[in-house]
Amino acid sequence: MQGEGLAVCLPADIDTDLVIAGRYLRTKDRSIWAAHVFEDLDPTIAPRLKGSVIVAGKNFGCGSSREQATVALREAGVVAVIAPTFARIFFRNAINVGLPLIESDLKCSDGTKIAFNIRDGWVDAAGKRYSVRPLSPRMQEILAAGGLVEYWRAHP
Amino acid sequence: MSTLSERILGASAGEYVDRKVDRAFACDGTGLLALEAWKNMGAGHLAETTELSIFFDHIAPANNATTAALQRELRGFAKSSFMQFSDVGGGICHQLMSEGVVLPGEIVVGADSHSVTLGAFGAFATGVGATDMAAIWLTGETWFRVPESVGLHITGKFTGAAEAKDLALSYVGKLGTDGATYQALEFVGDGMKNLAMDDRLVLANLSVEAGAKAGLCYADETTVRYLKERGHDVVPQVPEPCAYVQDLDFDLSDIVPMVAIPHRVDTVKPVAQISGLPIDQVFVGTCTNGRYSDLERFARIVKGKNVAVRTIVVPASAEILAKTIRTGVLADIVEAGCTIGTPGCGPCLGYHQGVIGEGEVCLSTANRNFKNRMGVGGEIYLSSVATAAASALEGEITVPEVA
Repeated sequence: MQGEGLAVCLPADIDTDLVIAGRYLRTKDRSIWAAHVFEDLDPTIAPRLKGSVIVAGKNFGCGSSREQATVALREAGVVAVIAPTFARIFFRNAINVGLPLIESDLKCSDGTKIAFNIRDGWVDAAGKRYSVRPLSPRMQEILAAGGLVEYWRAHP
Repeated sequence: MSTLSERILGASAGEYVDRKVDRAFACDGTGLLALEAWKNMGAGHLAETTELSIFFDHIAPANNATTAALQRELRGFAKSSFMQFSDVGGGICHQLMSEGVVLPGEIVVGADSHSVTLGAFGAFATGVGATDMAAIWLTGETWFRVPESVGLHITGKFTGAAEAKDLALSYVGKLGTDGATYQALEFVGDGMKNLAMDDRLVLANLSVEAGAKAGLCYADETTVRYLKERGHDVVPQVPEPCAYVQDLDFDLSDIVPMVAIPHRVDTVKPVAQISGLPIDQVFVGTCTNGRYSDLERFARIVKGKNVAVRTIVVPASAEILAKTIRTGVLADIVEAGCTIGTPGCGPCLGYHQGVIGEGEVCLSTANRNFKNRMGVGGEIYLSSVATAAASALEGEITVPEVA
């Protein structure tokens, strides 16, 4: 699993209410989640997410178990999310919907070009290579399958 | 020598294991997404080895026709399967699972972050998202990374007006919102015998607000007695000496009424430091503080008086509502000028039954005060039931009197 994109930098402790507010959850229309992602944090973020790599502070995705937070990011075009730590339910949810997460303490600014390779365990940003906390083999398998639904379709 | 999480999961901290799940539950919101994921997984069968449940609690009754139509689909599925199903008004998933369902030593997974509440019984209880839940419906199993544990050593007994919620806010304040990420909390020590089941459910409930995967209390005589009254014979779990990655000590007699100020659960202060702050609404309820003992304590404080601001009280389950009717607690609450909502999550997550407007302040007994959660531009302060009752009477944040 590898990829690249331009950094969109966010602060620490972003909760899932801020990723997608409760008032947008009662629908199965994923484009609504993508359109309103981060609205209560900063409404100018959503239009910048296509092809981006989110580089956030610690504890990204804390709070509610709402899986719509991970789907919203994926549908908005986020290629991967990088943070020193993630809240654990968000972590599982992201892998389960095929959104790559990378645990790394990265220093960069908005627009920095980011490249990553999860299997080999590295992230490149602004000419520097950072190490990555490896995903468990199971998580790598789920991510490689494209998510947990696809994983179970392939392992009936 | 093992932690309780290691004993229940049967492996050492840091190991990845696949385990059969004893009980798995989803609610109206996550259940719908789980249903879609389960259908897309393609196998079409449900694991019969796991006790599966669906509870309508988050937006129940439905707030509009769109929600009602989505709920109709999930309700139809639940009723056509062998799953346990609780419809509108039955109550909050965690509360219903705590009314004589979850037993010590079980592995319990809920598609809601506050599923950690059930660790109060000495079960390993944790939250997942919808797709993980769908895979559990399919296989009856899931994977876990066995967590390291933080030991919270409790001594003494509450004095003054402090209650379990004040201890919970105190420990979240000490640990921070990510102080126990990927870890479990264990509540141990001599002081635990002074905490009733309802108190332990509050302590376990807030553990996810410190990032924890689970929050566990060892089953003891209190647990045995509580479950005996609900038809189960269980035995206590005896703690073994074990290594915690972090140890925190709390003497209950040092705990004072606390409040979490917007927009973080770990920004806590003694109520005395912000008393006098005007409020627009008080909300008493949720999986944190909507139990019978909470409503009884609230009624004792407001009985014969009149609340000064709109006050919404939502029992956590139908059983609790029925008991408050039988004992007269409900009449005391309504006669003091409060109103009652359908048993369930109420306005905690900002869908219905008491959302707040821009510029308004709500004092809530819930567990989250994130920005805009109960309404765009509104502010949420979190407190105990006693603080909420005293504040409702004054119309401003008020230190509760000694009970």
